[in-house]
Amino acid sequence: MEEKKLYVLSYVRLTDRCLIVDGNVVLENTYDDTKQWISSIYKNIGMDYPKFFKMDRLCKVGTLCAEAAMRKSGFQNDDIKKNWAVICANSAGSLDDDRSYQETIQHDDNYFPSPSVFVYTLANIVTGEIAIRHKIQGESSCYVAQKFDANAFINAVSDLFLFTSAEYALAGWVDYDSAHCDVLMLVVSKKSTNSEAMTSHELSNVYAKQR
Amino acid sequence: MVGIIADNIVSPLGFTTEENWQSLLSGRSGLHRYSQGFHLPEAFCASLIANEKIESYFSQLSDNKEDRYTKVEQIAILSAADAIHRSGIDAASEDVLFVLSTTKGNVELLQDLRGFEAERPYLWRSAQLIAQFFGNQNEPVVVSNACISGCAAQVVAQRLLETHRYRYAVVIGADVLSKFVISGFQSFKALSPAECQPFDADRCGLNLGEAAATVVLARCEDGEPKSDVCMLGGALCNDANHISAPSRTAEGLVSAFTQAVSHLENTVLQDVAFVNAHGTATRYNDDMESVALARLGLADVPVNSLKGYFGHTLGAAGVLETIISSRELLQGTILPTRGFQTPGTVEEIAVCQKLSRSDKPCFVKLISGFGGSNAALLFAKNDEFFLRNIKSEK
Repeated sequence: MEEKKLYVLSYVRLTDRCLIVDGNVVLENTYDDTKQWISSIYKNIGMDYPKFFKMDRLCKVGTLCAEAAMRKSGFQNDDIKKNWAVICANSAGSLDDDRSYQETIQHDDNYFPSPSVFVYTLANIVTGEIAIRHKIQGESSCYVAQKFDANAFINAVSDLFLFTSAEYALAGWVDYDSAHCDVLMLVVSKKSTNSEAMTSHELSNVYAKQR
Repeated sequence: MVGIIADNIVSPLGFTTEENWQSLLSGRSGLHRYSQGFHLPEAFCASLIANEKIESYFSQLSDNKEDRYTKVEQIAILSAADAIHRSGIDAASEDVLFVLSTTKGNVELLQDLRGFEAERPYLWRSAQLIAQFFGNQNEPVVVSNACISGCAAQVVAQRLLETHRYRYAVVIGADVLSKFVISGFQSFKALSPAECQPFDADRCGLNLGEAAATVVLARCEDGEPKSDVCMLGGALCNDANHISAPSRTAEGLVSAFTQAVSHLENTVLQDVAFVNAHGTATRYNDDMESVALARLGLADVPVNSLKGYFGHTLGAAGVLETIISSRELLQGTILPTRGFQTPGTVEEIAVCQKLSRSDKPCFVKLISGFGGSNAALLFAKNDEFFLRNIKSEK
């Protein structure tokens, strides 16, 4: 059987150390604090999106990486994208925001459940935020797995192209847990292009080398 | 073709599909009002499974006393065990994949770990423990797509079976309630203080419910293994509109249904016995679904919602409602929408108010949720003549 490949138009890797676009480090983290690191990326890529400031941290890192990847591959966020899909996977689900929400209800004498925090206590809200920003109206899916598994990732994207009308996808591992960010976001095309074709081995390397 | 070869529901209305079905036929509901539940300051109406009953059933199933499982894991295992037993499959085989659909899993452990390990609130951890309970070594798939998770999990399983990666998929939907979940929906002002009224003019919000439900799906070739109901199609689409409100034009749900049937040669509209809607009894959801049904040409087809019996069971809902709908299809019986009296949606639709009959071969399952997600699935009786007619490729 022929090995499955992804046709990657661009990819973005975000860790606690740096932001990498198509293999090049575009920004290094010089802060001690994740909040500052995230806002420095927002400034660096020149994003102007008021909704960003309402988001929880998982949605922020996912939205930033999707933005950088879409710009790099030249897609406009205002165009309605019927034949696009968003797939995200991660390990912690929405646990970062779950913990924030739990603080608001932990003590009966200091009980202030907040709807604006609660709305982010679902793992798939990040796919929704990305779909809204880029007007993606095809499939959106969110999976939870212990670790990034390049093979499972390629299978999920290949199935998407095989079974749905999607021609393109924003597909990523988007994890935010205990003040650590770990994102690999790809813009993928169904058809072969001049761009890079990644096997599962290559995808694993892109993820692991730049941890 | 992928078909359902066995199923189970664990809910306040019973611990087998048959018990649940009999409860529904007699019009029973699992909904009750709780004034002090989960130490919440505000009363709520929900469908809760008694802890003692779960523990009693679970101790009969598991003689390994050292193993400790949380409530959501216990009902997931109980549900899967019964469905696997009925299917006759070897759940430990490498041909079998476990797929877990849940929204919040063990989130209640954030309040207090109660001696469980720190990684226990991670959804993948629960999924591993559930699969390992049955001796299955494949890495389970966890689908967490808010309210549509149970339908999304079946779509994902169908793909994994049709690409021949596995022969069987044990798709489990499970969620339990906690202070976390109920306080959140209360803060959202989404809960009805009394029993919910899907599609009714006076509807004022949803009720939450606890359940686990399992379907064993199989790739059926030349009639083997035997399946009474098969999945004809399924699709997921995003509204790209709002993270916590549905699209007013029902864009995503309309696209999902259109894509779910796009591979069929002939239109199925005249073959649909009924539509099992999400029907949560919030103003926005039910209006949006009425718009979708009108746009899809399904306004005259009987539609029901099961939320008045089970509440909204979150990650379990898509699986549970598929199982009950399959039972309705096979028995030619359409259940009434408990709580519905007076029509009151923006588009007029045929909400089922009393038990009725239909011998048509298909049903449609619709579901939508936070994150702008929507799913539409089409199931059919395993009738060879009908399937040959409808499935001929374009």
